[in-house]
Amino acid sequence: MTEAATSPETSAESERSRALAPYLAQLRPAIVGLALLTLITGALYPVLIYGIGQIAFSAQANGSLERRGGVVVGSRLIGQPFARPEYFQPRPSAAGAGYDATQSSGTNLAPANPKLIGAVADASAAYRKLNGLTPDAPLPIDAVTSSGSGLDPDITPANAELQAPRIATARGVPEATVRSLIASHTRGPDLAVLGQSRVSVLELNLALDATAPPRHPK
Amino acid sequence: MIARWLEYALFLAIVVGLARPAGLYLARVFAGERTWLDPVLRPVEHGLHRLLGVRPEAEMSAGVYFFSFVLFGVLGTLVLFALLMIQLALPGGPADHYLSTPMTPDLALNTAISFATTTTWQAYAGESTLRYLTQTIGLVSQNFLAGGAGLAVGIAFIRGFAREKSATIGNFWVDLVRALLWVLLPIALVGAVILMWQGVPMNLTPYTQAHTLEGQTQVIAQGPVAALELIKNLGTNGGGFFNVNAAHPYENPTPLTGFVALLAIAVLPASMTIAFGEMTGRRRAGWVLLGVMVAMFVAGLWVCDLAEAAPPAHLAAAHVVGGDMEGKEVRFGVGDSVLTAVVTSNGATGSYSSMHDSFEPLGVMVPLVNMMLGEIIFGGLGTGIYGVIMITLVAVFLGGLMIGRTPAYLGKKVTVAETKLVAVYMLLTPLVVMGLGAVALVAKEGLAGLGTNAGPHGLTEAIFAYASSMANNGQTMASLNANSLFWNATTGVAMLVGRFGMAGLALVLAGRFAAQGRQAVTSGSLPDDTVAFGLLVIGTVIIVGALNFFPALALGPVFEALQR
Repeated sequence: MTEAATSPETSAESERSRALAPYLAQLRPAIVGLALLTLITGALYPVLIYGIGQIAFSAQANGSLERRGGVVVGSRLIGQPFARPEYFQPRPSAAGAGYDATQSSGTNLAPANPKLIGAVADASAAYRKLNGLTPDAPLPIDAVTSSGSGLDPDITPANAELQAPRIATARGVPEATVRSLIASHTRGPDLAVLGQSRVSVLELNLALDATAPPRHPK
Repeated sequence: MIARWLEYALFLAIVVGLARPAGLYLARVFAGERTWLDPVLRPVEHGLHRLLGVRPEAEMSAGVYFFSFVLFGVLGTLVLFALLMIQLALPGGPADHYLSTPMTPDLALNTAISFATTTTWQAYAGESTLRYLTQTIGLVSQNFLAGGAGLAVGIAFIRGFAREKSATIGNFWVDLVRALLWVLLPIALVGAVILMWQGVPMNLTPYTQAHTLEGQTQVIAQGPVAALELIKNLGTNGGGFFNVNAAHPYENPTPLTGFVALLAIAVLPASMTIAFGEMTGRRRAGWVLLGVMVAMFVAGLWVCDLAEAAPPAHLAAAHVVGGDMEGKEVRFGVGDSVLTAVVTSNGATGSYSSMHDSFEPLGVMVPLVNMMLGEIIFGGLGTGIYGVIMITLVAVFLGGLMIGRTPAYLGKKVTVAETKLVAVYMLLTPLVVMGLGAVALVAKEGLAGLGTNAGPHGLTEAIFAYASSMANNGQTMASLNANSLFWNATTGVAMLVGRFGMAGLALVLAGRFAAQGRQAVTSGSLPDDTVAFGLLVIGTVIIVGALNFFPALALGPVFEALQR
């Protein structure tokens, strides 16, 4: 206070620096905090999760890969393309050129976009032709629309049932064999109410190859 | 329909059921009271305080609290920006030839702002842009830190109502450390284990070469997904590891993982209302806020469900059966996809599991409106509570006018100065969203982003992008080509204003309320913890929302819906 009387300028300055002090005091916690907390959350935490995953859930942590004869044929979780009549076929895909698992994508077309309406018309015509269905037979909508990821591993049981006769013919087995495979591979909603019933296309086709091998194996 | 509503009902029952225990836990944690995690965490907390040079008993004014919050956010942005610019020098996968999107300075800055503000808007596709180590060191960390900082601000805001004649509202660093150690890290750890059990990968291997049953080669992107997946929801960030976010089977392999993610988004923000009631000693007021949220949540869910579950009108010629499945995954179906769209848009979390661009016009209007209203239904972690209380203060002001009294909420007087702060807060969102939206629709750089879908749908896409950025939500109608200088810059501005502008106003207001005493409740006061008051708040939301956004909604989704 006595200083203020003798030198008003210094006092104003010290007043200002006193007002600034609580703000400047935050620099150290901000810098040290960012460094330490980044270390904990961005390095220690991921390493911990990595360790738990690799030890306790190693199949899932490494991508739920399916092997046949020691060769990786895909992932249980990731859809893959099927075009031959003796295999169940997945939904249309907008990921890259189709089921490109390095380029997940939906079509992102608006419901009224002529491109979408055209694509669905084409897909339904192709689906009807392949499965010998009449032009006005109702189709399960998942069979002719693209998924959000472009990597949907599943189809609905209704979609699988419509493909069963074709597959039975192509493989020369009774339809009942195919239908029982569909039934045994249908997964209901999780905890009875979450999501909806689905069949994994890759798992179903692996089971088909195991129980009813194609008539003309390569 | 019954199956879908059973899932919706189960979700709401769990959120409301957990709101009380979670809210009481939050109140204890941020009061520094004993919890069962103390034996492990107290020593860590003391160590961190020492290293940071923080004296826990030294509290901050609202100004210093806000400054600390901004400083931490800005430093986080700069460090992440630097990391993104040099990320190709980091070791590990994915191999360079898969990383086809160049990390330009504008994309890096947009991404850095995006993750440091919990928006996690992504103008890139993860699997074709980022190194694994960028995703963990850079993005996982900011998911925690920005989420924790938001929670701290929410708690400080509540202290404004809880305290009387106080010059301070807490210590940001103490709150941040507590948010991370007592809340986010333990829950994220448990949740990540559940996700891995269900199939979410956690590896650092190169992309897998698979030989398909038909003899083709399929390359499958891998990565440390589980480390990001749970915290991105818990911190209400939402940015995905892969391009399609939670629609990707590796991010969200089963309906159960999706459900866990939705609970991670909604439970803590819902429980903040209970923490608010507990900390202010006005428990009924907290329940009324939660009731307001649940009522508006159900209304949005109902509209979105109706729109998406109906067979798409434009596909009638194809003779298809079922609701709109374009852009949706079979394992989720319409129900789970709708629930995710509504929860993520309400929870300031962009982790969509279906493609909103392919939603029916009135279906996508629900997430859009949720974001425009400023994330007040549950809302972002910590930020949701000041969002809903800001609109509540508008309701208090209107109610005060109606009964001719000085408006007050929980005994805190809403005078001219407070009303001005609330008004600016309410006007910021329409100003930024409509302003930038208008610029985007007249500038050729803006229109260049709208290539895929024409007409009113394109307008919706542009408005959606800014509403998402401003609400720090991050979800997108993904056909918008947002990786350009124009979109990176304008969405970046919206994210900064949405984060720091809104938090600044909220904290200044909290400081003013903390400094006030508390008015006694008399028979002339407006009751602020009744069902009637809750209805007044809902009415205010509708009036304010309609006045601000009805013209834009009419020209976008409503026009599109009427076009058939």
